[in-house]
Amino acid sequence: MVFKMKFIKKSPWILHYDGSSCNGCDIEVLACLTPLYDIERFGAINTGNPKHADLLLITGSVNEQNISVVKQLYEQMPNPKAVVAIGVCAATGGIFKDCYNVQGGVGEVIPVDIYVPGCAARPEAIIEGVVLALNKLERRKSPRKDA
Amino acid sequence: MGKRTIVPFGPQHPVLPEPIHLDLALEDETVIEAIPSIGFVHRGLEKLVEKKDFQEYTYVAERICGICSFMHGMGYCMAVENIMSLTVPDRAEFLRTIWAELSRIHSHLLWLGLLADSIGFESLFMHCWRMREQILDLFDMTTGGRVIFSVCKIGGVRKDIDEEKLKRIVDVLNNIEDELRSLTSVFLEEQSIKGRLSGVGVLSQADAFGLGAVGPMARASGIVTDTRTLGYSAYPHVKFNIITAQEGDCFARTKVRIEEIFEAISIIRQCAALIPSDTLIAEPVKGLPKGEYFARLEQPRGEVIYYVKANGTKFLDRMRVRTPTFANLPALLQTLKGSELADVPVLVLTIDPCISCTER
Ligand code: SF4
Repeated sequence: MVFKMKFIKKSPWILHYDGSSCNGCDIEVLACLTPLYDIERFGAINTGNPKHADLLLITGSVNEQNISVVKQLYEQMPNPKAVVAIGVCAATGGIFKDCYNVQGGVGEVIPVDIYVPGCAARPEAIIEGVVLALNKLERRKSPRKDA
Repeated sequence: MGKRTIVPFGPQHPVLPEPIHLDLALEDETVIEAIPSIGFVHRGLEKLVEKKDFQEYTYVAERICGICSFMHGMGYCMAVENIMSLTVPDRAEFLRTIWAELSRIHSHLLWLGLLADSIGFESLFMHCWRMREQILDLFDMTTGGRVIFSVCKIGGVRKDIDEEKLKRIVDVLNNIEDELRSLTSVFLEEQSIKGRLSGVGVLSQADAFGLGAVGPMARASGIVTDTRTLGYSAYPHVKFNIITAQEGDCFARTKVRIEEIFEAISIIRQCAALIPSDTLIAEPVKGLPKGEYFARLEQPRGEVIYYVKANGTKFLDRMRVRTPTFANLPALLQTLKGSELADVPVLVLTIDPCISCTER
């Protein structure tokens, strides 16, 4: 298991889902994939398939309609997995907190490992969030000493 | 004739950066009908006018959509300014135009990238986004933000662009223009791209008119429409062409958007040359708004309408946005009918959908 985790850490696959974000954080997530920030140098690539993904990057808050989608995506991802919530919307609902159709941050529905602050979160911050999440992912699944 | 099958498309789909769901009714490979279901991004932010005062609300308006963020703030401000009979200083109008056109360039480049991605041309996607980063750097330099600037406020703008930075903007744009030329030749002359785009998703002029398409979608079908000709902001002082095409297919829409980037560059150049050198960039806001107003402006995706109704208190009665993607959805459903399943992602993309502003 230990050596397997090493591989995942070297090449995590990312699934990106847009909750009810304003797009601001979304395009910054996409910007991370493109040449200037190039998250691929950490081995990460974007995938559209939750079954292939190790990390879930989620932007925006949850509402009536997407709550089941978020849950479903999370459940479809194989273990070990980690969730990075991007932007203040994903953390608390942010500027839209008082809207009638916003139920709050992503943390209400699925366990979140790393919160990336910012409105919009900057690509540097997103990349740091991903790196931190990877560390968590590794720690989470290394076999315990006493086991 | 085959059996009818329903294929769900979205809400989470690789070509879609945003969630929208379509149920595609198929017969063999042909789409018979597309039934959209929306609401994944609905937040209900129009109602927020009752909780945030009219000045604070500018921040919310900017976050209707992160791609044309500046223009949303601008549209909202224009509506409130008109109700309050505030005259925006000339310099501020020019600055707004510059930022608005920069937003148009960044949005169109983003779209070109996504289009390339949707037809599987990954390196082209990367190139478009690489070029777009240069525009974002300009935003970063002039406003401090990359996607959301909060630089527009009621009565004017918050930040000035000094001579030196204006020069830098023009320099960067000159650079981009050259790069764009080579990109254009790929988009418009490459056989594989042509093959994927031309003749696909034809929207006739009559349909475009009848279904109320706006922006590049309408212009690519031969309708001459551009809200900028109404002469808001600094647009009366600059010359620009309205780009149209006749074919109405995906290729025409690509062509129109590419040409529009060149137009936007020329508008910014003219603005940089004509900008008045006074120091006033914002008129102070006195009193409270009372009355109603429709503001219209041209976003990268087409015409947006802002309706604001104020009752003389800090909180507005009503704020309503009619966004371009919303206006283009009926046209999209029309073009989807009879298309091939494999073309659906490209078709959905060519209206340049912005779901987050459609659903608000
Ligand atoms: S945190 Fe800000 S930029 Fe990000 S999705 Fe929310 S409102 Fe948009």
